[in-house]
Amino acid sequence: MLYLGVAMSSAILPDDEKLRERFGELKPPLTAQAAQIEANRCLNCFDAPCTASCPTHIDVPGFIKRISSGNLRGSALRILDANILGSSCSRVCPVEVLCEGACVLHRQNRKPIQIGLLQRHAMDSFHKSGEVLPVAMRAASAPRVVCIGAGPASLACAAELVRQGAHATVVERRSLPGGLNTYGVAEYKLRTADSLHEVEMIRRMGVDFRFGTGINSAAELEALESEFDYVFVGVGLGAMQQLGIPGEDSDGVINALELIAGYKVGHIRRIDGTVVVVGAGNTAIDAANAARRLGAHAVYLLYRRGESDMSAFDFEYEHAKQEGVQFLWRRQPLAIRKSEHGRLLLDTVQVHQVDNKLLPLPDSHFTIECDQIVPAIGQSPLAHLIHDLRGVDVRDGRIVADHSTGQTGNPRYFAGGDCVNGGREVVDAVASGKRAANAILKIAEEAHA
Amino acid sequence: MPDIRVRGFAGGINSPNPFWLASAPPTNTGEMIMRAFEAGWGGAVWKTIGEPVTNVSSRYSATDWNGLRMMGFNNIELISDRSVEVNLSEMAEVKKRYPHNAVIASLMVASNRKAWHDIVARAEGAGADGLELNFGCPHGMSERGMGSAVGQVPEYAQMITEWVKEKARTPVLVKLTPNITDIRTIARAAKRGGADALSAINTINSITGIDLDTFTPRPNVDGKSSHGGYCGPAVKPIALNMAQEIMSDPESALPLSGIGGIATWRDAAEFILLGCGTVQVCTAVMHYGYRIVEDMAEGLDNWMREKGFKTIEEFRGLSLKRVTEWKHLNLNYKIVAHIDEQKCIGCDLCHIACWDGAHQCIHLDRVSGPVDGHVELHTTPAAREMQSRAAIAETPVTRKEREVTTLGDYPTPLERIPRVDETECVGCNLCSLVCPVDDCIRMERVDAGKPPETWDERTRGAECAPRPQF
Repeated sequence: MLYLGVAMSSAILPDDEKLRERFGELKPPLTAQAAQIEANRCLNCFDAPCTASCPTHIDVPGFIKRISSGNLRGSALRILDANILGSSCSRVCPVEVLCEGACVLHRQNRKPIQIGLLQRHAMDSFHKSGEVLPVAMRAASAPRVVCIGAGPASLACAAELVRQGAHATVVERRSLPGGLNTYGVAEYKLRTADSLHEVEMIRRMGVDFRFGTGINSAAELEALESEFDYVFVGVGLGAMQQLGIPGEDSDGVINALELIAGYKVGHIRRIDGTVVVVGAGNTAIDAANAARRLGAHAVYLLYRRGESDMSAFDFEYEHAKQEGVQFLWRRQPLAIRKSEHGRLLLDTVQVHQVDNKLLPLPDSHFTIECDQIVPAIGQSPLAHLIHDLRGVDVRDGRIVADHSTGQTGNPRYFAGGDCVNGGREVVDAVASGKRAANAILKIAEEAHA
Repeated sequence: MPDIRVRGFAGGINSPNPFWLASAPPTNTGEMIMRAFEAGWGGAVWKTIGEPVTNVSSRYSATDWNGLRMMGFNNIELISDRSVEVNLSEMAEVKKRYPHNAVIASLMVASNRKAWHDIVARAEGAGADGLELNFGCPHGMSERGMGSAVGQVPEYAQMITEWVKEKARTPVLVKLTPNITDIRTIARAAKRGGADALSAINTINSITGIDLDTFTPRPNVDGKSSHGGYCGPAVKPIALNMAQEIMSDPESALPLSGIGGIATWRDAAEFILLGCGTVQVCTAVMHYGYRIVEDMAEGLDNWMREKGFKTIEEFRGLSLKRVTEWKHLNLNYKIVAHIDEQKCIGCDLCHIACWDGAHQCIHLDRVSGPVDGHVELHTTPAAREMQSRAAIAETPVTRKEREVTTLGDYPTPLERIPRVDETECVGCNLCSLVCPVDDCIRMERVDAGKPPETWDERTRGAECAPRPQF
């Protein structure tokens, strides 16, 4: 096992000026005065709908009032109290369908409060100060918990545990923490460096990290069980799903998460020619936009169903159109071939839906000549690991865990985040990790008593 | 078409409209006043003329509120720092070029008869249409025995007014300080001294705030500060009350030029409804410039047209008979809050305001859909918030999850539309004041089933003020 005692630093990432320029922030931060003005617009609703709609129930009017009074530190602490990843959530949350979507000002035909940007304003100020969050004293009887995976669910669980005086260790198979925050979010929303900075704050609170530590066997699990009192599983989802068509292993086929991780850590600097992204979720859109920004001449998003069926958020779809992505609706990929010039040939057919089945339309075959094909049809469950967790039920590839505690069929095992919910947002993962931490603390206390 | 001209105010001052600039920085020079007249101001009270002063820097500070600038404004500037000669020669020039606008000379000199006689003669010689005696300046000048030092002592105020009246041929206005327990004591003294009119209010003693880094109050003059005079929108309610006190007191009542936080035609109309014949403006002009008078004149004209008033005199003082002592208010007049469910946006500020600031009669106990079992009534606000935060919320990631559920009859989910318990509602208005939506919460009259009765009638059977008839 590799123990990393030193600070996780963004210095190991190449500072690519071109990348920074191409992936300039979509929503630039508010200036201090703009934040003040925006904060003053907040009505300070009672039992505010924004707070209720936030999976972590951040006290939105509370932190906004603190911004308006100039109490920025208090504002950040209020946010962190509910959501330890308040900084990344302020950047990646689909606020349109969460807090900002719930803002009562919509019903007065007024623009909702820009909660995401205000939250970022408070969090940026806190992170800039370099302050370490206070944690409770560790009691000798405090439980020792291991969190598998260093994504948002585990980070939230571990942070909550140490805040309340427990021991938490995060084990991660990759070399950097943060999970999809570090490797999977479009750079114009959340920079890898900012994700790592946030995790560094959690490490300084007293969470231990072990990197390059994949848990791949029952023996490795047993070792964890003997070292720790409780196990939190926050492993997320597995690899991107395969298209299941011939030629999928050709050079030039790279799945959306690999593409995103590749450019974020500097392995992919440039994409030329024509790119076809297959799928119509938020990740597909992130990949398509990334391809455009990395230089692709033309980017097509190919989806076997129609516009109204796409799972991407409306604002993501709008954004992709602005980026110049073109859409091919109701078209299904059939095979991938190589042209004589070494380019890729994607055979497709138009389909239509009959009784929930997609049937090809006659004489609608069409071959797209392109340079890169990016499957983005969702992640597969991490079944191989889950299979090894004795006593932990798995249904449809998801770990079965109690909604309010995260406890699984095995009382020492808790789980949260994508591996339980099948793939939601960072803020959902944080909420589940925190709930699990509180449940663990409660159970441990009862066991001790 | 309404006529907003002022005719014969204080026994002889005319102006094309009731909007005058108060004696202050906007009336510092003849050049400024001429630009103001071009912009549409009806009159100007010259920045107080007297022995030239030396001013400090800085001089102003303000109270901002919720992101809005200058809700209240404060100054430690003294009277004119220019010589009497320069001021008066410019005044002559202004009167020559703008004969139809009112030019009032604000005066402040040492408290001796000769000094006052001299300055009165010189100001009238320059063509002033009237004289305003500055008995109000609350800072600096008062330390030298002038300004509010005069205006706080009835005997001095009366004496100087008498000196001025011995000499003056034009109307004499006495400007009153609010920094006194009862403004009527000085108003009465001025009236006894022979004043033709009053101006009220001057600025209110104030410290607007303290710099939390240097611990120095604002405005900062080399590490120290001094109390100043407060004005601007924040002081309007105080000024209105004092105008009412003066105009309702027969021993005080004189033609009144209303001052204090006036920035719009609405403010002006309110002062006139309490008896003022003209109004004076300073802070709003210092904030936005002379141009604000355009809307003031148009707005007043339109409002008078709508109400059918042909002249200012037709509505001047109409609200005075609507103000009475508390003991003459009808104890059996009952109103209750009514929330318009179609307009409610669900901020629930009325609920928390009623619980924490009033009488716990606005509840969040409505439920959408069929009721299955017990509905908790009168949950405390804290319990309600706790409940919301214990609930599990998830991001709607699929299209189906994002589908808008039908809300039913109202734009806001029913459980967020508060309910008024009318039997408990005391009709205090608080909910309607905090509601951010116009006309969403209306206070509606309910029949108390009793004839009108005042406290006075109930306790003493005394003769009560007659109900106003319009």
